[in-house]
Amino acid sequence: MPWLSILMAVPVLGAVGVALLPKGSDKLAKQVALLVSLVVLALTIAMAVQFSPNGNRFQFEEKYSWIPSFGVHYGVAVDGIALVLIALSAVLVPIVVLASWHDAEGATRALDLKSELIPPKRSAKTYFALLLVLEAMMIGVFAATDIFLFYVFFEAMLIPMYFMIGSYGGVQRSYAAVKFLLYSLFGGLLMLVAVIALYVVAEKNTFMYPELIGVIQDPTTQKWLFAGFFIAFAVKAPLWPFHTWLPDAAAQAPAGAAVLLVGVLDKVGTYGMLRFCLELFPDASKFFTPLVIVLSVIGIIYGAIVAIGQTDMKRLIAYTSISHFGFIALGVFAMTQNAQAGATLYMVNHGFSTGALFLLAGFLIHRRGSSQIADYGGVQKVAPLLAGSFLIAGLSGLALPGLSSFVSEFMVLIGTYERYAIPAIIGALGVILAAIYILWMYKRTMNGPTAESVKGFTDLDGREKWVVAPLIAVIIALGFFPKPVLDVINPAVDKTLDSAQVLDKKPVSTVAEKKGAGQ
Amino acid sequence: MQSPAEIDLHSGGVIGLSWLMIALPLLGAAVLMLGGRRTDRWGHLLGVLMSLGAFAVAAASFVELLGMSPAERRREVGLYEFIPGMADLGLLIDPLSISFALLITGVGSLIHIYSIGYMSHDHDRRRFFSYLNLFVAAMLLLVLSDNYLGLFVGWEGVGLASYLLIGFWQFKPSAATAAQKAFIVNRVGDFGLLIGIFTIWTTFGSLGFREIFSQDPGTASSGTMTAIGLLLLVGACGKSAQLPLQSWLLDAMEGPTPVSALIHAATMVTAGVYLVVRSGFFFEASATAQLVVTIVGVATLLAGAIIGCAKDDIKKGLAGSTMSQIGYMMLGAGLGPAGYAFAIGHLITHGFFKANMFLGAGSVMHAMNDEVDMRRYGGLFSVMKITAVTFVIGYLAIIGFPLLSGYFTKDGIIETAMHHNQILGWLAVAGAGLTGFYMSRMVFMTFFGKKRWADDAHPHESPAVMTWPLIILAIGSIGLGAFLVLGNRFMTFLAPAVGLPQELPEFHFVSTPGLATLALVAVGAAFAWFRYGAAEVPVLAPRGSFLTAFARRDLYGDALNEALLMRPGQWLTRIAVFFDNRGVDGLVNGLAAGIGGTSGRLRRVQTGYVRSYALSILFGAAAVVGALLYVGNM
Repeated sequence: MPWLSILMAVPVLGAVGVALLPKGSDKLAKQVALLVSLVVLALTIAMAVQFSPNGNRFQFEEKYSWIPSFGVHYGVAVDGIALVLIALSAVLVPIVVLASWHDAEGATRALDLKSELIPPKRSAKTYFALLLVLEAMMIGVFAATDIFLFYVFFEAMLIPMYFMIGSYGGVQRSYAAVKFLLYSLFGGLLMLVAVIALYVVAEKNTFMYPELIGVIQDPTTQKWLFAGFFIAFAVKAPLWPFHTWLPDAAAQAPAGAAVLLVGVLDKVGTYGMLRFCLELFPDASKFFTPLVIVLSVIGIIYGAIVAIGQTDMKRLIAYTSISHFGFIALGVFAMTQNAQAGATLYMVNHGFSTGALFLLAGFLIHRRGSSQIADYGGVQKVAPLLAGSFLIAGLSGLALPGLSSFVSEFMVLIGTYERYAIPAIIGALGVILAAIYILWMYKRTMNGPTAESVKGFTDLDGREKWVVAPLIAVIIALGFFPKPVLDVINPAVDKTLDSAQVLDKKPVSTVAEKKGAGQ
Repeated sequence: MQSPAEIDLHSGGVIGLSWLMIALPLLGAAVLMLGGRRTDRWGHLLGVLMSLGAFAVAAASFVELLGMSPAERRREVGLYEFIPGMADLGLLIDPLSISFALLITGVGSLIHIYSIGYMSHDHDRRRFFSYLNLFVAAMLLLVLSDNYLGLFVGWEGVGLASYLLIGFWQFKPSAATAAQKAFIVNRVGDFGLLIGIFTIWTTFGSLGFREIFSQDPGTASSGTMTAIGLLLLVGACGKSAQLPLQSWLLDAMEGPTPVSALIHAATMVTAGVYLVVRSGFFFEASATAQLVVTIVGVATLLAGAIIGCAKDDIKKGLAGSTMSQIGYMMLGAGLGPAGYAFAIGHLITHGFFKANMFLGAGSVMHAMNDEVDMRRYGGLFSVMKITAVTFVIGYLAIIGFPLLSGYFTKDGIIETAMHHNQILGWLAVAGAGLTGFYMSRMVFMTFFGKKRWADDAHPHESPAVMTWPLIILAIGSIGLGAFLVLGNRFMTFLAPAVGLPQELPEFHFVSTPGLATLALVAVGAAFAWFRYGAAEVPVLAPRGSFLTAFARRDLYGDALNEALLMRPGQWLTRIAVFFDNRGVDGLVNGLAAGIGGTSGRLRRVQTGYVRSYALSILFGAAAVVGALLYVGNM
């Protein structure tokens, strides 16, 4: 059964269906979108159940010739890494659909305030159609085994996101959307050059990535090609100093789009580093490792410090993500089993915890019409469920043990420490800074005397509870039982490290071993 | 220590069910949080029941453990694979962990019961009990875990519970700020602990206690062992409010008083001592690390006592005292196997008498409209006899009145320290003298002398649900010390977990340090009597000397933090934000404008003609295809 093609076809067909609905049938459009996304989720679960973690590296393979004259294929398949990221997307989309129920209408309960919520430029129907198209592309980008196909998805994903920000976002949406697009196009352009060069240099007449592993031997060529791919991914992730588009885009995007932007689209960057940079250019990867590790560690600390200083909660969450992407990139390039498995798990966990934070911030903004932290205060008193959920999502963001992010952050740091102690120690300072940015935001919005403008707040309604509950359930479940996901990730990481020619995956030489060697 | 390979240490029986100790209160917390207002009517009862259930399991496990030969008293209970290839979640039931479990669930249950009365007027009482249950579960995981990862999960779990409970009255800005401060300062400690755990992992290839401690410590370099010890100590300093991470504990008194008694006196703040004793493997291999532990202990025991001397807020006075007493424990823990049993013994007796006094203070506050200023108390003995008598028993225990609990355990620490290092020993004696002063001052100001009550104060004895826990804790404050110390009962019991010193100590009722301590305590108490018992206590605090101001301001700990960390941190944040908005972003925008030719063109781009983007994307795609065709034809 062509699982992956079906997974992409269903949301595309759903999007067409939604788009073809007559004008004014917004409610029906939402219902159809929700149904379609739930079908995709069900199919993803059905596929994941059949995946055997210790079987072939790539499963559910499909390969058809697409442009025979240059060996472009429609090639899709998943390993454990791609599978968990597809699962992340499939779980997030229905939640985002439900969370965005009223967003695209620009409905606002903001009373007599200068509201940041401005009416959208397009219909709600279009918004949900775009969402479904985006879902298909998110699945495709992680499933693509043909580098050209990957590139097509990589660039095409920008279009629905561009419209979601530019037509449904906040006051400065045009600026943010264009900035997002320009940055991404710039990165994409570099990658395109590298993709073509790779094709030319490899002389294999194919873009299928498994066939290109180990082909490029010349160190200088590797370095140039690595640079092309890496910069594109670093802009996408984004890594410091390529990050400045993200706070604008995330702050101006409607909350649901921000979730998918930061939770999934940005992961394409770190996923690309893990999949393509390391495996196709192993020597260059090792050459650039010190540089990438320095950038990652700067990003962890810098993102956290700038987050502390933010006055807008969506921008604050965006900067925390820049700090978190630093952790992910650090884990990828530490090149140990623990760090890379941790980084992969981090991509998943970050999607859930930051997703929850963005959505809850969205609920707050919807009630008050402002994303300024100073406009809130004492919400806990009037909306305890909302505040409690916000706290749990935040605590996951600061990697509290028992919540999912802890496991991944711990694995990244301990795995990095195995090889690079100093960067791990500096990175671990992020643990302290995270407590400051999260708890301070929480205190300013939720604690203290209830602000006048907050007094009329209602607590989470039925729909909002359905948005929050699954996210919190996943955050807690993965916090205590990460094993099912790690069991899928670990074999894939092991093979990635093989391709990257890392011989020493667990560089821990224990006292006992040293002693044994001495005897 | 015997090699664990010789005996099967995996356990069935009651100990096999010891995970219930954690599961029951965790279940209680979950039901109360998810159940919401529906559980308001009976929530507190469920909370008490779950805590008592955990106590029952702990007690039964303890009895089963006693039935085994000493060498067998290290039982492991595997739970499940947590992080594959790194660590499982599992429990270790041995004399050390079961002692803690009994203290946590025993004193914890009494405080749960007391809270029924204390929180009866709070309409969020159910939420309070859910947090208390969460705390008990996390604390038990901390002490029962058989590896450092599980320990860390519990470690942060109690931090969360502490955060939630200090900030329980979160609508008060002071409470919210105190909660946040406690969490962040603790995170500084956690940072050290984390790096310590990483180093253990890379040095010994495991996070499990048995796997690590069964290796030969001599094969790791002494520098590594010192580093691990000091890093773990940083963690311990955060959790146990030891210098220089002490500043959060005094503010933590913003929480409801039962919280101060349970978390910030009897149990959580002693976790650092547990960590040091449990990790004796590293400390015993590094004299440097041990020395630093004892220095931190002595410095904190003096600092806490000095702070305690100047506080008029009864809870903050007790908090200073807690710091100081944990300093004693830390000192004992730094002395190796000779000190462990006294450190943990003092920890347990302190758990009783300090919880007793905190709950007593709560009873007084309950009676005095939540007044905490001791200058507004006075003469309360006659109106609340049970509270007063039990408080005085706790007081006599803490100052080391002969034959009461504190006398035995604190004296044990002082004697061992003296044996080890005269300077440390005499400083510890001096601390005992200060304790005699500040605790006497507290008792005289509160229960004796003239009434200085506010006009609307009508003090009365608290209800039975609050006084019974006081009575039980007072009994422990009387007899527990003698029971543990005489005949080295506790030292022998702990031996399978922490080892024995080369020669067993003998308890001397008459010894130089012992007599010196008693004399200094008597002087301190007498001085307090002249100043606060016999003399009139002014309702407004006099300005006092430079020293008084120094102590009142917590030895300028906050001022120091502010000057060294907060201010520079704020500036750094401001600069980084400015740099990010103007620098990095400005550069990129400028660059984009430059590439676009004029900034005007960029502006036009930014106003957003969607069609032109669509067109440019199309153009880009066409370029791609063109390039490919060209390449393909080569």
